[in-house]
Order: sequence, then C-alpha cells, then structure tokens
Amino acid sequence: MSLTLEQVQRIAHLARIEISETEARTTQSHLNGIFQLIEQMQAVDTTGVEPMAHAQDLSQRLRDDVVTEEDRRAAYQAVAPETEAGLYLVPKVIE
Amino acid sequence: MIDASLKQLSQALAAKQISSVELTQLFLDRIERLNPTLNAFVTVDPEISLKMARAADARIAAGTAGPLTGIPIAQKDIFCAEGWRTTCGSKMLANFVSPYDATVIRKMEAEAGLVSLGKTNMDEFAMGSSNETSFFGPVRNPWDISRVPGGSSGGSAAAVAARLAPAATGTDTGGSIRQPAALCNLTGLKPTYGVVSRYGMIAFASSLDQGGPMAASAEDCALLLNTMAGFDERDSTSLDRPREDYARDLEKPLAGLKIGLPKEFFGEGCDAAVMAAVRAAIAEYEKLGATTVEVSLPNSHLSVPAYYVIAPAEASSNLSRFDGVRYGFRAEDYGNLDDMYMKSRAQGFGAEVKRRILIGTYVLSHGYYDAYYLQAQRIRRLIANDFVEAFKQCDVIMGPTSPSTAFKLGEKAADPVQMYLSDIYTIAVSLAGLPGMSVPCGFAGGLPVGLQLIGNYFGEAQLLNVAHRYQQATDWHRRRPEGMA
Repeated sequence: MSLTLEQVQRIAHLARIEISETEARTTQSHLNGIFQLIEQMQAVDTTGVEPMAHAQDLSQRLRDDVVTEEDRRAAYQAVAPETEAGLYLVPKVIE
Repeated sequence: MIDASLKQLSQALAAKQISSVELTQLFLDRIERLNPTLNAFVTVDPEISLKMARAADARIAAGTAGPLTGIPIAQKDIFCAEGWRTTCGSKMLANFVSPYDATVIRKMEAEAGLVSLGKTNMDEFAMGSSNETSFFGPVRNPWDISRVPGGSSGGSAAAVAARLAPAATGTDTGGSIRQPAALCNLTGLKPTYGVVSRYGMIAFASSLDQGGPMAASAEDCALLLNTMAGFDERDSTSLDRPREDYARDLEKPLAGLKIGLPKEFFGEGCDAAVMAAVRAAIAEYEKLGATTVEVSLPNSHLSVPAYYVIAPAEASSNLSRFDGVRYGFRAEDYGNLDDMYMKSRAQGFGAEVKRRILIGTYVLSHGYYDAYYLQAQRIRRLIANDFVEAFKQCDVIMGPTSPSTAFKLGEKAADPVQMYLSDIYTIAVSLAGLPGMSVPCGFAGGLPVGLQLIGNYFGEAQLLNVAHRYQQATDWHRRRPEGMA
C-alpha cells in the first residue's frame, strides 16, 4: 500500500492540520515508510481472534448521577486564548 | 547526600541531620549549575519548591510526616500541576499554567509530602524515543552529552542520572520509562495498566499510558510506587484493588525463581555487547538461585506494527482537543473557525506529533478501520495471549530493554521507522498491559545497558524483589557518570 499526495492532503484536512504541498511530500514519504512497517500485520490470519481494545477486560464503572465538580469556570477560562463574559470566543460561525 | 537513597534521605530528615529546605536547595543549586548542559528541566520554580519544603519541615517537626515527606522529586512535564507551567514538551502548551493537579501530583505532594523540584523535558506529547521531538530542545545524556537520554521520559532520566533530583516520575506508553532508564543507568518501573491514575496525565494513547517511578534503585522505586499507586474514581480505567505495600517482598530470597527467556528477545536485532551484559546478568541470577527456561512470544515481532496503528489512532482522537479554543496555542492570523483550527494545529504541533495524528486519522477513517485498527487490536490479543502462555512456565520474563545503548543526537531523528524500532522489546509488554522494569546490568563501550524484567499482571512487588536482590549482589546501579559532580 502506498499513499498518494492527494490522500495525505485529505487526511491532513480530516485532522484539521494545514499542510503545504512541500510538507505533504515529505510527510507522504515518511508515512509510506511507516505503513511499510505496519503492513507486516496483513500477513497474519486473525480470523476468530477477539479484538483487544484494552489491557483489562473490565466494563466501565458507573457512578451516581450527582454533581461532583465545583464551579471553577474562572480558573479554567484564565488559560483560554480569548474569552468574554464567561464564553469562549471564536470566529463567527453563523452569518 | 546527593547520592543517598530515598531511605537514607528519609532517615536523615527524620533525625534532623538535614532539613527539607536544605535538601531542596542542594538539588536546586545542582539544577542551576548542570541543567544548562543537560536541558533536563523545562521549568524550575524555586519559590514553589521551597514553600513545599517548608511545609514538609513543619510536618516533620509536628510528627505527622510520612516516609517520603521532605524528599525532592522531579516531575515529568506530562503531569498537570496546579500553578506550574505544564507543557508536555509542546509549543501547543508552552504557556499553559495548569489550573489543577494530576492525581499523581496530589498524592505525591499533598499526601506524601514530596517536594517537586520542577518539570522535566520530554518528547512532545510523549511521542519519541530520544527526547529530540521536544519543543524545548533535546536533552543530553549525562553519560555522554553527544548522545540522547532516550525517551519520552528523557528529562526525568537525565535529571536522576546526573543527580539533579534523587528520583523522578515518568510515563510509559510503549517504553518511555524503561528505555530512558536503560540508556541512563536507572531503575524504572512501568506498573500494570490501571495501577497508577491517569487523571491529569496528559493523554497520548489512553489504553496504554501508565505512570511510574524512575530512580537509582528498586528500593527507591518501591517507596515511590507506594505513593503513586491506588484507585482513583476520576480515572475510568483505574483499578479498584486493595492497597499494597510494594516494598513488602524486597528481601525475599530468589531461590527457586523461574526466569523465562523469550527466544525472540535473544536472536538477531540486538547489539552483541548489550546482549553480553544481559546474559551476564542472567548468569548472576542463576548464582542467586534462579533457574531459566526458554519461552516463546511468537507474535512479538508484530508488536511494533500493531502499536503504530493503535497508539496513533488513540492519539489522533485524544489530541483533537487541542484546537486553539479552550486552552493552548492559537495562531495569530486566521480566517474562519476551520482555518483557526487548521493553522493553530499546524503551528502548535511538531513534525512527529503531526505524523502520528495523520496515521491515526487514516487508520480510523472509513474503509480502512477493519484492515488496520481492528487487525491491530486482534494482533494485540495474540501478543497478550503469548504472555499468558509464557507465564505458565515461569515467574518473570527477562531480556534486553533496548537493542542498543544510547545513540548519538541526530542519528535516528530523520528516519521515524529506525526510531520506532528502538522500542522493539518494550512495546509488547505495553500492549499486553503487563508490568515491566529496566534495571542497570552493565556497560557497553562506556554506556549503560538495561535488563528488562517483565512480570505477570499485578506482579510489581515481585519484580521489585527480583530487581532488589540483584542490586544487592551487583553495583551497576550505583555507578555515576563522570563530569556531573
């Protein structure tokens, strides 16, 4: 398998990472090297093998549906790039 | 004092031979003097550290101290610590001052009374095996400053090796505690997945990430793990198990111990001098009463390929939170919202992090999920099953931690695949979720070699015992690099 330049650009867009054509070319060669390594997996017949998503086969714990966090909005927003009146500011989304 | 064990420091503090403030200042002075050469710490804040030291001295005076109260420690900059800049080695978080404490930090500082000396350098978002992907520049190996300390916990490893700190925290996703410990002559332990809380530990690959101690000896690691481990309801994968004293079995004799030697770890692919040191260590274990048995991990050669699907897949999801909205870097100039995301992420992440996000995005995308992600998870199961079979024949598994000693800065930086293969012996353990250690076992060309010990699930106390008995019979772990006085 080998990724085309267009595929690299499409993946970068899906990941929301701006990429120039020069960067895309370097990335393409690096990714293809990595996928050559990854391809070794395809030689293995894994029919009937249960996929292992996690190191411990446990089901997720549930907790009571009660408030456990205190209001720390000011502290959390202090590290935001731009806020106003307790809201996060981003470029206009709806015209 | 700078070479003292944690137990010795604890005794000196309890006997009032030294105060925590004096001890903390001693290490802060060493950081000031040696860090410009090593670049092991990215943030030091003597005011905060000395304040913690004064509080520790007050606890000691009041008789409410725990065994590690007042002892200084270096914290990997992946752990959020309130009031400390917490960067994860990235431009994305270069100005992020954490508004809260990771559970590990809270347990170590507030409960155990350890004194944080600062935050240590690391590969960006823990993605690397040489500490060269850090936004803050590479860390240098105290054993040879033209060489890498390993990664991703390279700053923690260099700091402890040069005695800028008596011990440090690290995290390990595919080998990030064990490999730098091996390259810097330290003892490092990656616990069973779920033993140490991940709350406040900046996520890379959530099904693999695990925090653990890095120190001069197994005894030090046991004492540190006692403070780090424990159930945490804030981590959904934290394991609710009874409290353990990880130092309880340190002195147990090793007579009758059965050591499994995977034939796949003793074949080609490892430097001869590294292999010689590992074999000599196993001979030493036989002198201590252990016996060896050949075991097989037939799918271990697939661990690197499977890991480079699973870890990037999880990373691409975890790192989607860095969008320039709620925290972290935002680009200066941008058009619409999408453009703001794209530019902030393009400028805020380094090359290796972007590569892994792209791999992860691809393997999770429509049409490729089954061929890559599901196939990798099935291989993960085969790898974990190999260990289950092997542990039917032995108590612990041993082999090299890393196929080579510390390599030169820049040597592998241009070739991601070569860099990934630095972790061929550690990754299988991470995929299975087992505990693993690296223990100093000799030198090759003047550079440290690490012996990897792999335990069964929740076998930390046994691993520490096996390492400790070896360290009573050898002095490799006491060797210190020259020129770091």
